[in-house]
Amino acid sequence: MAAPLALLLIVAVTIRAALFRTSLANLISERVEVVSPLNAWKRVVEGLALLDLDISPYSGDVFHETPMVIYLFHFLMDYAEITFMLADCLTAVALYLAVKDYNKQVFRKQKFALEADRIPMDCLELIRSPTEMYYIPLKVAMFYLLNPFTIVSCVAKCTCGLNNAVIALFILSTMRGSALLSAIFLALATYQSIYPLTLCVPALLYLLQRLYIPVNVRRSSFWFYTLQYLFMFLGSLLVLICLSFFLLGSWDFLPAVYGFILSVPDLTPNIGLFWYFFAEMFDHFRLFFLCVFQINVFFYTLPLSIKLKEHPVFLIFMQIALIAIFKSYPTVGDLSLYMAFLPVWNHLYRFLRNIFLVSCVLLACSALFPVLWHLWIYAGSANSNFYYAITLLFSVAQILLVSDYFYAFLRREHHLTNGLYLKKKDGSEATLVLK
Amino acid sequence: IANSYNRPTLIQLQNTREEEEEQQTTAQQEEQTKRWEATELEEEHVHDAAVPPLAGDPPAADPPSPPPSKDDFQEELVIRPLHSGDIYASFQFRTVWDADFMGDQKVSHYRLFPKSLGQVITKFSVRELHISFTQGYWRTMQWGQPYLPSPPGAELWVWFQDTVTDVDGTWKELTNVLSGIFCASLNFIDSTNTVQPSASFKPLGIGNVTDHSFLRYATLPREIVCTENLTPWKKLLPCGSKAGLSVLLKSEKLFHSTFHSQAVHVRPVCQDPQCRTTSMELRQTLNVVFDLHTSGQGKREWSLFKMFSRTLTEACPLASSSKVYVDVTDNPQGEQFELSPATPLLTQAVVLGDRRTYSVYDLTQQASFGSSRSLNMLLRWKMLRPLLHSERYVAGYGLQAGEIHTLIYNHHPYRAFPVLLLSAVPWYLRLYIHTLTVSSKGKDNRPSYIHYQPSKDRERPHLLEMLLQLPPNSVTEVTVEFERALLKWTEYTPDPNHGFYVGSSVISALVPSVVAMDTNSTLDRPLFSSFFPCKEEASYFMRVYTEPLLVNLPTPDFSMPYNVICLTCTVVAVGYGSLYNLLTRTFQVDEPSPGLAKRIANVIRRFRGVPLL
Repeated sequence: MAAPLALLLIVAVTIRAALFRTSLANLISERVEVVSPLNAWKRVVEGLALLDLDISPYSGDVFHETPMVIYLFHFLMDYAEITFMLADCLTAVALYLAVKDYNKQVFRKQKFALEADRIPMDCLELIRSPTEMYYIPLKVAMFYLLNPFTIVSCVAKCTCGLNNAVIALFILSTMRGSALLSAIFLALATYQSIYPLTLCVPALLYLLQRLYIPVNVRRSSFWFYTLQYLFMFLGSLLVLICLSFFLLGSWDFLPAVYGFILSVPDLTPNIGLFWYFFAEMFDHFRLFFLCVFQINVFFYTLPLSIKLKEHPVFLIFMQIALIAIFKSYPTVGDLSLYMAFLPVWNHLYRFLRNIFLVSCVLLACSALFPVLWHLWIYAGSANSNFYYAITLLFSVAQILLVSDYFYAFLRREHHLTNGLYLKKKDGSEATLVLK
Repeated sequence: IANSYNRPTLIQLQNTREEEEEQQTTAQQEEQTKRWEATELEEEHVHDAAVPPLAGDPPAADPPSPPPSKDDFQEELVIRPLHSGDIYASFQFRTVWDADFMGDQKVSHYRLFPKSLGQVITKFSVRELHISFTQGYWRTMQWGQPYLPSPPGAELWVWFQDTVTDVDGTWKELTNVLSGIFCASLNFIDSTNTVQPSASFKPLGIGNVTDHSFLRYATLPREIVCTENLTPWKKLLPCGSKAGLSVLLKSEKLFHSTFHSQAVHVRPVCQDPQCRTTSMELRQTLNVVFDLHTSGQGKREWSLFKMFSRTLTEACPLASSSKVYVDVTDNPQGEQFELSPATPLLTQAVVLGDRRTYSVYDLTQQASFGSSRSLNMLLRWKMLRPLLHSERYVAGYGLQAGEIHTLIYNHHPYRAFPVLLLSAVPWYLRLYIHTLTVSSKGKDNRPSYIHYQPSKDRERPHLLEMLLQLPPNSVTEVTVEFERALLKWTEYTPDPNHGFYVGSSVISALVPSVVAMDTNSTLDRPLFSSFFPCKEEASYFMRVYTEPLLVNLPTPDFSMPYNVICLTCTVVAVGYGSLYNLLTRTFQVDEPSPGLAKRIANVIRRFRGVPLL
């Protein structure tokens, strides 16, 4: 398996290196779908230029990266292209290894269930075989590296690629059961952009499961482990923030990074829901809706964790997808991370209801973004509503995609306990409904 | 009326002698490099109003030595800035042919003389032919006298030879033929608009004809002159519009003018001073007045390229003389304006009773074209150029990003001086300071001091201050890129598509002075000279403001805040709803519920205590 992965990495790096050499790179790095005010490379360069002029990069409203990123690129400025390509490769390899581990574990669990006769007899066609699972890790790496969204994001030198790498490393270390590394990477991801905070719960659930500690509030071992993990997570977060303070000598970065993410002052168009909503918002309702929209991102964590407490990896997928849809400055790079997980859920395909429609809408929207942007900004023959309509449609398609996978996952679980071909009381074939 | 033009008289010779003496005295005052044209100066008298003076021309009855070839072609252009600020350009193309059209032998070999015209002259026994096409009216009060007057519309007057018996018939035929040659509606000339002037129109060539029955005169004031008249007119030239001065005759520029007149004059002239034999002379003239003022091309400054959108690259190879004259009478010591490329050659001529001085460019000399192999005369007014001035504009297209360019001009010929540039840019144009470039004379010019304060959204603007050293006689360009922000809908002005203004940049400088300033403040000084304290003797303080900028920002649709709020909330609700659905409900087998009638019946049965259905 190492040879195909190496080949894939070479192909991916070649594509990126070739694109970096063309004039397309400049064009892509200006696209609002690919870069947001939070992670545009142009703004990183601007921050470094401000630092050179002895001005705090956070004194203005152009730079919103964390201090770590600016110090990283202070040294890696000349190797920026290599850094971003490496970050992509790192993400792909980490996901590859993580999914490989996860597959082994899924297979082991399934074996135990079969041996314990917990799976109904008519569900044998739902059983996953090692042969069909063999190529899944490679497919995941391929979905990440060859996804056009990832490629344009890397070519635009969007720092969202670095965040993805951190999250992928967090997933890998969680899969490997290393609580300390998992907490550190999660702290890094949270430090970069608040939202990965919600990944804390699935990681904790996974680690508890791995150690066979039952999730039970009356058990001291559960509380001990949870507190230990939270302590590591918060401790490393604190260390990172203090380190940033010592690097810069001021707390300016807190409002400039986290305040910026949470209060959405920059209304530059992007593929998300925030920009046009808050451009058109009445001033006295602004704070209320801001709270509603931001809580919306964190809101699903608790119910999802309760529903999916047996399946923390699917929970991670759901969380990453919801963050990518509902965060304040989403870019296509965020999409590419959760899309990389789609091959892992190959076996849900038979239960998906509208995957064809959703794929078509996603493809059409991706093509229409630049067209309508051109019509609005350059040709002047359309107005902002056209672009807004496409962002709405794109969000709806993503929501449908995620909820469809969620539905399919729940349904499969239901069948695995209750049998695949359900009968009514009178013996006729039954239809399954949500009640 | 005696025509002194073709017969050099004693008066003229005397005048020439006087001119030479004068010329010596003035020439000593001039710079050493300047010299007078080698040709002898000639003087032209103001003739009868009906006689076109054909001014600025080298002597028509020129040197007595007859040219070896029997025909000769000359071309010239006179450019005269008019007092109203317009530019008057007058072309003349002259072909002289030592052929006797009036004799018996038939002329059949043509070289420089246009065959189409020659045949017409022979066939209709024309002695003199004068035809002009004019668009616009010559405003004598504002522009002074033209070199060649002509009425608006078309004008045609012809002297026939005395051998013609049926003058009216020939005239009719001639107008039809000319109408074909010049693509003009001369065929509308008939007896209703033809006259026989008795005194005003005399022959301009040799021959003392007094019988006015051979003269016909007609005007068509409605005739509209355009490209289709210019093209056949140009075809009569030996070089066409391929080489020489005629390359400048491009219709898109010529007809974008306030006055345009083109004419053809055919007349017999003397071949030698004794006037033993005659030659045929064809003069094609074209006069045009450009109004560069209203066409927005930069006021009174002009260049060949601005006027004609062409430059000169060579003389017509068939021409024995090819010259451009520029009237520099108003610029005696070279103080008023500057003509480039400079020419050492000057000439003087008395035109319409006024002695004018001309700079001469001889196109037959390769040196006139310089190293760039093209001649683009350029006139710049000296008083219009202050030592320090600036321009600013926004570059780029679309509503996403752009570039602010600031150009700072230092016109001091040999001194560099520092300036302070301050620009305050509103926060909604997000400046990227790393894209700041400063260059002068194509080289990077790093500012020695930069103070930059980035903007805060909705709080404070960008502030950019820098100290620049302007090299002498240079343009320094400061560019910085910016990105346009999308604002909240309430932050736009009531007319958002008008754009947003960016205030002027301020340039403060100590400009080196030519005159040392008096620093003794105890002396009485005018108030306006003592406002800014000035310590340095050789320089004075100056502040220049650039243009304000008008920048368009992308706008949301102002008419639909409710719709946007509703639609976005709907999408969020779709997400919330579908997840809520999956989170709170469980899968169950769909058992069909009993129908409404059955349920009502069961309720009644329960009351009655009867077993349910």
